[in-house]
Amino acid sequence: MSVTQDDVRRIARLARIAEPADRLDSLTNELNGILDWVEQLNEVDVTGVEPMTTPVQTPLPLRADEITDGGKRDDILANAPKAEEGFFVVPKSVE
Amino acid sequence: MTEFTQLSLFDVLEGLEKKDFSAVEVAEATVKAAEAAQGALNCFTFIDGDKAKEMAQVSDARRAKGEAGALDGAPIAIKDLFGVYDVETTASSNILKGFKPRYESTVTQKLWDAGAVFFGKTSMDEFAMGSSNETAATGPVVNPWRAKGSDEKLVPGGSSGGSAAALAAGISYGATGTDTGGSIRQPAAFTGLVGAKPTYGRCSRWGVVAFASSLDHPGPFGKTVKDTALLTQVMSGHDPKDSTSYPGAVPDMVSAVSRGVKGLKIGIPKEYRVDGMPSAIDALWEKGAQWLKEQGAEIVEISLPMTKYALPAYYIIAPAEASSNLARYDGMRFGQRVEGEDLIDTYEKTRAQGFGNEVQRRILIGTYVLSAGYYDAYYLKALKVRRKILEDFNAAFEGVDAILTPTTPSAAFGIGSKADADPIEMYLNDIFTVTANIAGIPAMSVPAGLDKNGLPLGLQVITKALDEETMFAVGGALEHAAGFTAKPEQWWG
Repeated sequence: MSVTQDDVRRIARLARIAEPADRLDSLTNELNGILDWVEQLNEVDVTGVEPMTTPVQTPLPLRADEITDGGKRDDILANAPKAEEGFFVVPKSVE
Repeated sequence: MTEFTQLSLFDVLEGLEKKDFSAVEVAEATVKAAEAAQGALNCFTFIDGDKAKEMAQVSDARRAKGEAGALDGAPIAIKDLFGVYDVETTASSNILKGFKPRYESTVTQKLWDAGAVFFGKTSMDEFAMGSSNETAATGPVVNPWRAKGSDEKLVPGGSSGGSAAALAAGISYGATGTDTGGSIRQPAAFTGLVGAKPTYGRCSRWGVVAFASSLDHPGPFGKTVKDTALLTQVMSGHDPKDSTSYPGAVPDMVSAVSRGVKGLKIGIPKEYRVDGMPSAIDALWEKGAQWLKEQGAEIVEISLPMTKYALPAYYIIAPAEASSNLARYDGMRFGQRVEGEDLIDTYEKTRAQGFGNEVQRRILIGTYVLSAGYYDAYYLKALKVRRKILEDFNAAFEGVDAILTPTTPSAAFGIGSKADADPIEMYLNDIFTVTANIAGIPAMSVPAGLDKNGLPLGLQVITKALDEETMFAVGGALEHAAGFTAKPEQWWG
């Protein structure tokens, strides 16, 4: 499987990164280099092998469904690029 | 006058207890050394002399009352990936410029609770993606070590390169790092330090900027194995705020350091002998095995046939998780925003300008391998190979107590020397370290010798999950035999 410059444009769009126009050629080559290199995983027979999602098996912890945190509006807004009157200010997203 | 930069963590704690000096004196000396070195080494993103003095005063008062904690009065350098309350935390990225968390990471909170003194944050590869600390938004970090007769600037390794450079320069008494593919152990090896990555889940990830959540391991750098054991012990423990945090008790890692290796079986995996590896590394590895044998361990040849697949699997899993984790940097709630024509344009401009090239490359790879039609072929496949790698280790640990390998396939290299190389060449730095992240098992690097240019080399000890004690016992035995006392000749600040 190899990627084309159009694929890289499409992936960048999916990743919400502005089209890297000046690096499109080199990025396409680099991505293909990495993808070719990981192809070697196809040598491994993984028939019947369960995918591994966590290194150390521990039971998923449960806790009582109680409020343990909150009331931190100002803390949460403290790092906002734009905030007004207790709200985040964002570009218009609904017409 | 005490040469503060020469002291180990245990030395400084002993000196404080004996009132040879105060925590304020230690903090002032540390800040002075940090400020003097910064111009040449560029290892800090932030130095805070006032906070250091304030915490040191409180520490002195606590010690006077006989209530000193395990690290009381010792300044510890903090990698810029750990959230420290109201202190700029950028992950060495422009996208987080100005971000001051209103929370404290669990690991740093544990350090402060034990009395450690904050004095500054250390540079790193942007979002911990790199092996040379050249991708930091604040520029490359310089290794205090230089080759004999050369003034070429070398990398300190990465991603925790600022922590490694600072501690190797004698600044502070321990440092935090994070290790996703080798980011503590590789810089430790490049700078003549000890670096440990405990079992996945031992140290909470809460409050640490995420890179690849199933592979991210917080851990420490120390000047000695015992220093490193104490730091690991303090940083470990169950944290309800991290659902992958290990709920069991933390073992006594400090006592384990002097336990010895008599009767232990040490595995030497033949797959870690790679083409083009300098003969000095091979020789050091053999010497390491000999040292352990002389102290009563039995050396056993073992095979870990899946080794060569660990790095390619990593370069699917880590970018996949990173592309998901880094989706949060959208310029809306925190971090930098670059205004665009509309919402999507704002997202795209913010991320294109905020992330550096290596981070963008990995986000793109991750987005691709998770995209419709490719998920099974890449991501799911890599997760299955991941289990095969873990099974390799599990089978090996049926017959041996620990595994000994080199930490890196080379010594520190020149800044910029890999700039035109294929990205994969840089990735290969982690070839020996990444396997322990894939399997989530404890691993540490111990400085063991110098190459012909006078640059430090490390040996790696790997043990089974949750067995940090054996790791520190073997590390202690290696340190004892190696007698590694070399320090970089001071040319900075």
